[in-house]
Amino acid sequence: MEDITNYTIEELKNKLSKKEISATELTKAYLDNIKKNNPELNAYISVTEDKALQSATNSDKRINNGEARPLEGIPLGIKDNFCTKDIKTTCASHILDNFIPPYESTVTRNLWNNGAILLGKLNMDEFAMGSSNTTSFYGPTKNPIIAKDNNSPLVPGGSSGGSASAVCANLCAAAIGSDTGGSIRQPASFTALTGIKPTYGRCSRLGLIAFASSLDQAAPITKTVTDNALMLNAMAGYDPNDSTSKKIDVEDFTKNLNKNIKGLKIGIPKEYQLEGIDTEITKTWKNAANILKSLGAEVIDISLPHTEYAAPTYYIISTAEASSNLSRYDGVRYGLRVTEEGDSLNDLYIRTRSEGFGDEVKRRIMVGTYVLSSGYYDAYYKKAQKLRRLITEDFNSAFNKVDAILTPTTPNAAFAVNEKPTNLEMYHNDIFTVSANLTGLPAISIPAGVNKKNLPLGIQLISPLFSETLLYQIARNLEKELEFSNLELNKLIS
Amino acid sequence: MATIKTEKNEYEIVIGLEVHAQINTKSKLFSYSSTEFGANPNSQVSFIDAALPGMLPILNKEAIKKAVKAGLAIGAKINLFSIFDRKNYFYADLPQGYQISQFSDPLVLGGVITITDENDHPKNINITRIHVEQDAGKSIHDQNPAKSFIDLNRSGIPLMEIVTEPELRSSHEAASFVKKLRNILRYIDSCDGDMEKGSLRCDANVSLRPVGTTEFGTRCEIKNLNSIKHIQLAIAYETERQAQMLDNGETIRQQTRLFDLATLETRAMRDKEDAHDYRYFPDPDLLPLSLEQTFVDEIRNSLPELPDKKKERYITEYSITEYDAEVIIADKSSAIFFENLLGKCDTKLAVTWLTSELFSRLKKADIKISDSPVSSENLLELITLIEKNVISGKIAKDVLDKMFQTGNDAKSIVKSEGLEQITDDTLIQESINKVLKNNSEKVAEYKGGKEKLFGFFVGQVMKETKGKANPAIVNKFLKDTL
Repeated sequence: MEDITNYTIEELKNKLSKKEISATELTKAYLDNIKKNNPELNAYISVTEDKALQSATNSDKRINNGEARPLEGIPLGIKDNFCTKDIKTTCASHILDNFIPPYESTVTRNLWNNGAILLGKLNMDEFAMGSSNTTSFYGPTKNPIIAKDNNSPLVPGGSSGGSASAVCANLCAAAIGSDTGGSIRQPASFTALTGIKPTYGRCSRLGLIAFASSLDQAAPITKTVTDNALMLNAMAGYDPNDSTSKKIDVEDFTKNLNKNIKGLKIGIPKEYQLEGIDTEITKTWKNAANILKSLGAEVIDISLPHTEYAAPTYYIISTAEASSNLSRYDGVRYGLRVTEEGDSLNDLYIRTRSEGFGDEVKRRIMVGTYVLSSGYYDAYYKKAQKLRRLITEDFNSAFNKVDAILTPTTPNAAFAVNEKPTNLEMYHNDIFTVSANLTGLPAISIPAGVNKKNLPLGIQLISPLFSETLLYQIARNLEKELEFSNLELNKLIS
Repeated sequence: MATIKTEKNEYEIVIGLEVHAQINTKSKLFSYSSTEFGANPNSQVSFIDAALPGMLPILNKEAIKKAVKAGLAIGAKINLFSIFDRKNYFYADLPQGYQISQFSDPLVLGGVITITDENDHPKNINITRIHVEQDAGKSIHDQNPAKSFIDLNRSGIPLMEIVTEPELRSSHEAASFVKKLRNILRYIDSCDGDMEKGSLRCDANVSLRPVGTTEFGTRCEIKNLNSIKHIQLAIAYETERQAQMLDNGETIRQQTRLFDLATLETRAMRDKEDAHDYRYFPDPDLLPLSLEQTFVDEIRNSLPELPDKKKERYITEYSITEYDAEVIIADKSSAIFFENLLGKCDTKLAVTWLTSELFSRLKKADIKISDSPVSSENLLELITLIEKNVISGKIAKDVLDKMFQTGNDAKSIVKSEGLEQITDDTLIQESINKVLKNNSEKVAEYKGGKEKLFGFFVGQVMKETKGKANPAIVNKFLKDTL
């Protein structure tokens, strides 16, 4: 009996159009998987069963009438920081645990307009702050993959941990998360999936609950590169209601998937070759570079001199913006309100925000407030903005020499849920991914190898602004040669 | 300069103003909500205004146009590149937890507004800057002892903040400045200047220094003054307060103060209000504001004639007195009204009939010129009738009364009541003869030397003709006859 939940979107589109399976069947299959395995994995915060089945019925009607849209009948999970109309949207935070948005985010509306089906809202680090999905008010999410000889549950990465876990465990055909400093690419790396952070401004941020406004982007996570391009086709587009959305023509991102990469130049930045990185990571990276060479690309050493400043720059800018973006959660107009008789306004604020926010969120708000404060603004925030420009110039110079840049996605593989890395260790997870957010450049992670413990490792490609089509082209070529099969990985659940 | 003299010292008063003027666009600065005044509480609040999760600001370009207009009207420099900054603080009427404003790179820099000081001399007041920002909502604390109510209708309405250099030297100058600024903003249709509705509010920074010194004293900021009278009273109280303190050797503490309408005193706000670190940084949800020079030039070309220029033109081209010109231009509506008369009839008559006759009737009935029951076309018609000698000036006053009451035009009133002036020489002569015949003793007295009786005879002739005889002809014929 074929497991239809294991198919890619590409395969599902084919089977749906041939009427070999129905949207309703498919949706029911995912819902069954969710019932069976979500209790263990905790990937979903809410499941929208009735709505999903209703949408599936509508999709089947359309397919039968020959009116199928590009993602007709494809069941998706949506990270719980996208506002979905009339459906609870929590950002995995106690402070929004009763919030039901009266509006739909532009990106999810685009998906529904393309015929996709909402299965439910996915777990995440609270307010997207984290790289392990262990700061959620709704408890941690587990990685469906475990190590070779140790069945301790592992983190799926974060902050889009629920999205990664759900796709990896066939609890949806694909998912969308968000990426502010690596929040889709790192989980993709930990769960052997493909995740892209599109160019800043490619997708609308309206309805994507803000963490760091100049860094956030909606980001699809999928089983394959082709699936990923199909998702971005549906998600992307200029939105006049988002002032940072770019007025750029929508393309078909699948257009060059089958083109070869002969003559393309790929850069290997020497500053990413860090001391103390696992040898497997370096091996995986070298292997990927060799594959690209064998496919006719030229691999060139490049320099990104300000790399060491990327992580601190990211932490200053993202916490500063977050400290301001989260001011609106004050117990006055919506969300949690904690107050007692005789409270002043300040009492209401303090009670609500103390109880409503988790520790990591509080930590980042305090850091962000500090770096913007009088006397420190110049030394931290202003300097970080200058460094941001220098980092951007590094990449601009590099792209005069190469067409794309190849790096590892993460300096490590998935670690145990119970492991308590220090904050600095946790922030270290992002060192390879934050530059793409700081510069706005598109960046993709695909599975490229395993470590000694048989845990997946991802490889990252970064290309110039608005060149996702090129990124997908190179990624697809690499994916074909890597033939990464997740059948050999150890799974937590059957 | 105005000074305040105490027993011990004489102090120079130093005042700088920050005026908040609501830009009169139909929608708010960053959302599509209506800006209409007087709506039910919280009926003009969109998801963006309420700062719901995931909501983003979108710039109302019309607000920028109107702010640029204001900058050009005061001869300021328009920055083609400016930035929106977030001003971060917590208050219940500030849904975002920050106000979108402009801090380091405002839209407008410099500019000058000419006022008149106590001695009626013109004085230039330099403007530091104008920037654009969101208005906050309203907090209502006095409806319930245990609760405060928040109305967010006002939250997000576009404001221009106009900051002056500390060059004002008296409450009179401050009042003169606000009146002038308000007038300019109304002329260019950037703000309705209605202080009662809160579309124009003022913060006054006041400090003193001993006459002859140049170092600034410590200033106190008096917030949210919403009438010219309050501005003057608040400044008066504050200068007195500071003068007393300085005389007593006390140090003035830099404070934010409020004007108490009941006691007419300023009092300090709670101290923690002063310790604000707003942590300004550029708003990452908005692009920097980048304007084309052609955009600015187009706006410059669309500016109407401003009050000062208009006044100058009236004086030099039409020989209107400065006093009269000032009265006419003081209000945009009266200037527009007057422009409809100018050049179409005798200028002096136009001035008199507008500023004396019509204005006095409007004032008595407590009606604004913009609501005048007598339109400029109607008044022009009345003046033309006088010019053509169809009616006398005296009759015209009665006609104007009737026009005012009924809204009817001059011609139809004159016709229906038969008020046309009598210019028929024969008729007039007949009336004169009749009057003189009936008053033969008086005629004898006049001929005997009592010259004052001439006026009596004129009066009698007018009475006889029911006021309709042309007075000039009466005078001439009467003289000849006698």
